[in-house]
Amino acid sequence: MSTRQFGEAIERNADPALLRGEGSFIDDIDLPGAFHAAFARSSVARAKIRSVDVSAAEALDGVLKVYTCDNIGALDAPLPLLIPAPDLTHPRTQRPLARDDVFYVGQCIAMVVAVDRYVAEDAVRLIDIDYVPLPVEMDLEKAVEDDAPRIHADVPNNVAGRFCVETGDTDAAFAEAEHITRIKIRLERSTAAPLECRAIAARWEAVTGELTVWDGTQATLSVRGGLASLFRIDEDKVRVIAPNVGGGFGQKIMMFHPDEVLVPLASMELGRPVKYIEDRVENFIGASQERTQIHTLEIAAMKDGRVIGLKDDFLHDTGAFIPYGIAVAHVSSTSIAGPYRIPNFRVTFRPVYLPMVQVTPYRGCGRPHACYAIERAMDQLASELDLDRFEVRRRNFIGKDEFPYPREGLIFADGLQVIYDSGAYEETLNRLSEAIDVEGFRAEQAAARDQGRYLGLGFGFYVEGTGLGPYEGGYIKIHPITGKVYVNTGLTDQGQGHETVFAQIAAEQTGARVEDVIVVEGDTGAFEWGVATFASRAAVCSGNAIHKAAVKARAQIVEAAANMMECSKEDIDLRDGAAWVKGTDRRAALAEIATATNPLRYAFNEPSKSATQFAPASRHDGPQLAEGRTPGVEATDYYSPPHATWAFGAHAAVIEVDPELCTIVVKRYLCIHDCGRMINPTIVDGQVMGGIAQGVGGAFYERCEFDEEGIPLNANFMDFLMPYATEVPDAEIMHSETPSPLNPLGVKGVGEAGTIPVAQVYASAVEDALQPFGIAPIREAPLTPDAIHRMLKQASAA
Amino acid sequence: MKPALFSYSAPQSVEEALEVLASDEMARPLAGGQSLIPTMNFRIAAPSALVDLRRIGALNGRAVEGDVIRVGAMTRQRDLERDGAVQRANPLIAEVLGNVAHIVIRNRGTVGGSIAHADAAAELPCMLLATGGSVVARRAGGERTIAADDLFLFHMTTSLEAGELLTEVRIPALPPRTGYAFQEVARRHGDYALAGVCALVTLKDGVCSSVRLAACGIASKPTRLAESEAALLGAPPEGEALGRASDAARDYATAADDRQASADYRRDLVSALVRRTVTKAADRARERA
Repeated sequence: MSTRQFGEAIERNADPALLRGEGSFIDDIDLPGAFHAAFARSSVARAKIRSVDVSAAEALDGVLKVYTCDNIGALDAPLPLLIPAPDLTHPRTQRPLARDDVFYVGQCIAMVVAVDRYVAEDAVRLIDIDYVPLPVEMDLEKAVEDDAPRIHADVPNNVAGRFCVETGDTDAAFAEAEHITRIKIRLERSTAAPLECRAIAARWEAVTGELTVWDGTQATLSVRGGLASLFRIDEDKVRVIAPNVGGGFGQKIMMFHPDEVLVPLASMELGRPVKYIEDRVENFIGASQERTQIHTLEIAAMKDGRVIGLKDDFLHDTGAFIPYGIAVAHVSSTSIAGPYRIPNFRVTFRPVYLPMVQVTPYRGCGRPHACYAIERAMDQLASELDLDRFEVRRRNFIGKDEFPYPREGLIFADGLQVIYDSGAYEETLNRLSEAIDVEGFRAEQAAARDQGRYLGLGFGFYVEGTGLGPYEGGYIKIHPITGKVYVNTGLTDQGQGHETVFAQIAAEQTGARVEDVIVVEGDTGAFEWGVATFASRAAVCSGNAIHKAAVKARAQIVEAAANMMECSKEDIDLRDGAAWVKGTDRRAALAEIATATNPLRYAFNEPSKSATQFAPASRHDGPQLAEGRTPGVEATDYYSPPHATWAFGAHAAVIEVDPELCTIVVKRYLCIHDCGRMINPTIVDGQVMGGIAQGVGGAFYERCEFDEEGIPLNANFMDFLMPYATEVPDAEIMHSETPSPLNPLGVKGVGEAGTIPVAQVYASAVEDALQPFGIAPIREAPLTPDAIHRMLKQASAA
Repeated sequence: MKPALFSYSAPQSVEEALEVLASDEMARPLAGGQSLIPTMNFRIAAPSALVDLRRIGALNGRAVEGDVIRVGAMTRQRDLERDGAVQRANPLIAEVLGNVAHIVIRNRGTVGGSIAHADAAAELPCMLLATGGSVVARRAGGERTIAADDLFLFHMTTSLEAGELLTEVRIPALPPRTGYAFQEVARRHGDYALAGVCALVTLKDGVCSSVRLAACGIASKPTRLAESEAALLGAPPEGEALGRASDAARDYATAADDRQASADYRRDLVSALVRRTVTKAADRARERA
C-alpha cells in the first residue's frame, strides 16, 4: 500500500524560505540599470483636463521621460473590456493615461520614468495639471436618478446595463405566498489591501526581441496574451513571470492596470529595465476596490417558514469603469438563494458608474453580498413568523438526497448552468448548533443579562460556487538525473500553498516524497496553457489536471519498473521515492527508472551507465527509442470542469456587546467548512482563517470612505481599519467532507469561503445581544461602534 | 511614498543638536520617527534636515528621585513601560503605555517624541496632564520647565518655542492613598483613542481628598475634566457624586463628528469612562490604604 500524501496535514513547503526573508518578490529582483516609474494621478474625481504641463518635470535632473496620453502611441486607447456580456449595453474602460477627462481621484494622467523612485516622485509633483471640475453624485441610489450628473456623458442614469436573471415562476410564487418579508441591505466599499502592493518590472532585450515582464499578477498567461496583442509581439517573445507575490485576493486578477502596459512600453523605448513598485497610497486610490451593493429583497414564504419565491433588485457600484464586466454583480445574483431550495426567484440589477476607482472582484466576489442579503432576510423571516432561526433554515435547505440540484435557467459566472453538485447542509447546521450548545448558550445569555452583560449568538450559512472553468493544465516529468518530480501548471500563487498541495497530488500517484516534488508555476516560460488563479479554482482545475497527468506518469513508471525488475505490473508498488516489487525488498529508485527510460549516449553517474548504448540493460535490436515512445517519464493533461462545484459551510459567533461603550468582544467563533475532499487540512485551515480575517474586516472595520466631492478620506493604513491579529477571533475550525462528484479528486474550492458569512454572523450576534434594548434590525455592513451607539439611542428614544 | 530630499545629522550632544536646529528653521529633530517618518513619506512634512537625537546619551536616562520620575526625552516607550522602579513609583505609567500603539512601535517610539508631537488623541500627553507632570525644554544658553497644564495648546501644538528642544519629562510618583486607572476606547487594539480617560483618586476617610482626571481623543487637545473633578472632591467616589462627575464630563467632548465617532457618541464615551476609571481608581486607592 502506498504511503498517503493526499489528505495529509503536511507543512507548507514554501514557508521556511518566506519566513527567513529569502522569498523573491518583484522589488527584490535586482535588475541592473533599472529605471523607476511614478504616476501623476488625478486629485479630483470628475473633471475636464484643460492642460497638463510636464516641462518642469522633464527638466528635472534624473528624469528620463515623462509619458502622457500624447506620447504613448497606439496604447492611447481604452483598455480591454475583459468579459463582455450582451446586456452590458454601456461598457466603459479607462485609458492607460487620461485624455481630456478624469473620472476618479487616483486616475493616472502622466508617468514619470527616472533614475530612482525618489526623483520620479519629485518630478510628479512638478507636473502642473489644470482641471475644470465637474459635478459628481457619490450616492449610489441618487446616481441612477434622471437628473444626476453623468460620469460618462453618453451613459444615461450612470447605468452600465440592466440585467435580469430568473428561475422558476416568481410571480406565481408570490401570488401563492402566505407571508412576504421585505428587507433592504447595504454593504460598503472596501479593498483587498494585499500586504505587497501591486508591482511590475519589465526588461526589453533588443538583441533577441524578447520582452520579459515580472508582474505581481494572478494571471501571467492572460497578461502575456494581452501584451502580445497590445504590442504585436509573438507569444514566444513575451515571457511573464509572477515570482513570490504577497497576496492577491482578486485585486491582482484585474488586468490591465495602466502600469502593466506602460512599464513595458517604457522599457522598450528607453532600452533599460523599468520598475514600478506601487506604494500604499497608490494601492488605495489606483487599484481595484469592491463591495458596495444595495439590495431590496422580498421573500415569499408559507406560514410554516418554507420560502417559495424571492425577488431581489440591487444596485452595484462598479466605480468609474467596468473592465472586468459584471462578474461581481453576476455572482451576487446567481448566489442569492444560498443553500435554500427557493425554486422561484428573479433578480434584477444595475451596475452603476460612480466617480471612484473601478470595482473588480475581491475575495468573495459578490458572494458576501448575496449571503448577507439572504441570511439577514432569513433571520427577519424567522422573527416575523416567530420561528427559531435554525429551524427556518432547516425547513428550506436543499436535502442531502436532492443533489444534483439544478437551478433551471440560471447561468453562473462560468457561462454554465447553476447546478449544486453535492452538499450536506442540514447535517452541517446541526453539527454547528451542537458545537455551540445553543441551549447552554441561552442559559448563559440569560444569566449574563441578569448581571447587565449582553451576549448574542449569531450565525450564517453560505454556499460558494467554486472551481470555475474554462480549464487548466498539468505537466509532470521525472528529472532523468536527479529523479525529482517536476510539475508545472499555468496558475500563479500568492501565498495560498499551491506548491504544497500540487506536490501532494503528484506524490500520491508517483510515489515520490513530497519534498522531492518541484512545482513551478507563475511563469509563461514554464507552462503556457491555462488561465489564472481566481474563483477558488486552483485545487479544482489545476489540481485535477495535475492528478490526471500524474496518473499517466504512474502508468509509465509502473511499466518501466516492471520491465527493469522483470515482474508483472500488478506486482509494482510505488512509495518512498521508489518502485518496489510487492512483498520483497527489491526496488528501483525513481531516478533509476527515469534514467533507464531515457536512452543515453553519455554516462554521468552510476545509474546513467546502464542507459548508455553498450550497456546490457539497454540493448536494442531496433531504434533505442521505439517508434511511438517518448523518452523518460513525462505526461501532460488538462481538466475542464463540467460546471462549478459548490462548497458550503456555516459560521457562528458568541459576541458580547458593551451597550455603554458600544464595543464588542467576540467570545467564540466557530466555523464548519466543507470543500469536498481536503488535499491538506493545514492549507484548508489557513485559507479559511485568512478568509475569516478579511470577513471580519468587512463586518466591523474596513470601509473605503469618500467625501461628497469624491475625495478618498482614508487612503492609508492609519485610517482604513484593516483588523490586526488582535481583532480577529481565534476561530474553532471544523471540517466536513462531502466529495464533489464532478472531478476525479472530489475536491471543491476553498479560497474565498471564509470571508462570505462573517458580516452576517456579526450582525445577527449583535442583534441578538441587544434584543432587550429593542434595537432596529441591522441592515448595513460594516457595523461600527458608532452605528451601535446610534441604534441604541434610536431604540431608547422610541 | 518617498520623502523629499533632506539632510541628516546625528549629533552627540544636546548643545550640538540645538546648534543645528538653530541654524536652519526648516530642520526638525528626529526622535523615534513613528509619526514624523510617515508624514515625511506622505510628503505632508518636508523638513530640510533631520537632527537625529538617538546618539545623545544625556537624553536617554531615567531615574526615580524622591516623588518625581525623571525620564530622558529619548527613552523608548517600551523601556519605560518595563522599568521596575518606574512601575513601583507610579504603576499608572505602564497601564497607559500598554494602550500606546503596539509593542513594535513602542520599541522605537520615544516618551519625549510622543509628548512633543501632542496628538490630541494620544495617551502619554493625557497621562502627563492627569499626573500634573512637566517637561524640561532646553534652548541655546538656557532651559525652562513647562507644566503639563501649560504645554498642550492644540492638536499637535505645544508651547515649546522655536529653538527649544524637549529634553526631559517629569512624572510625579503616585501619591499615598491614591488609586489610578486608564481606560480608552479605540477602533482597534493600539489605535489612537476615540476617547480615553486617566484618573487619579486619593481617598481620605472614604471621601475623595484629591481627584485628577484627564481625557484624550475628545477635544482639540488633551483635556483636564475639572468639573468632574470638582463634583467628586470631598465626596465618596460613587453614587450621586460619581453620577454628577460622569455627566459633567460630557461637555468636555467638543470634537466634531468624525468618521469613527459622532460627537454624541464621544460624549457618552467620556462619561462612561469617567465612571469606570474613577471606580477602578477608587478600588485601587482602597487596596493601597
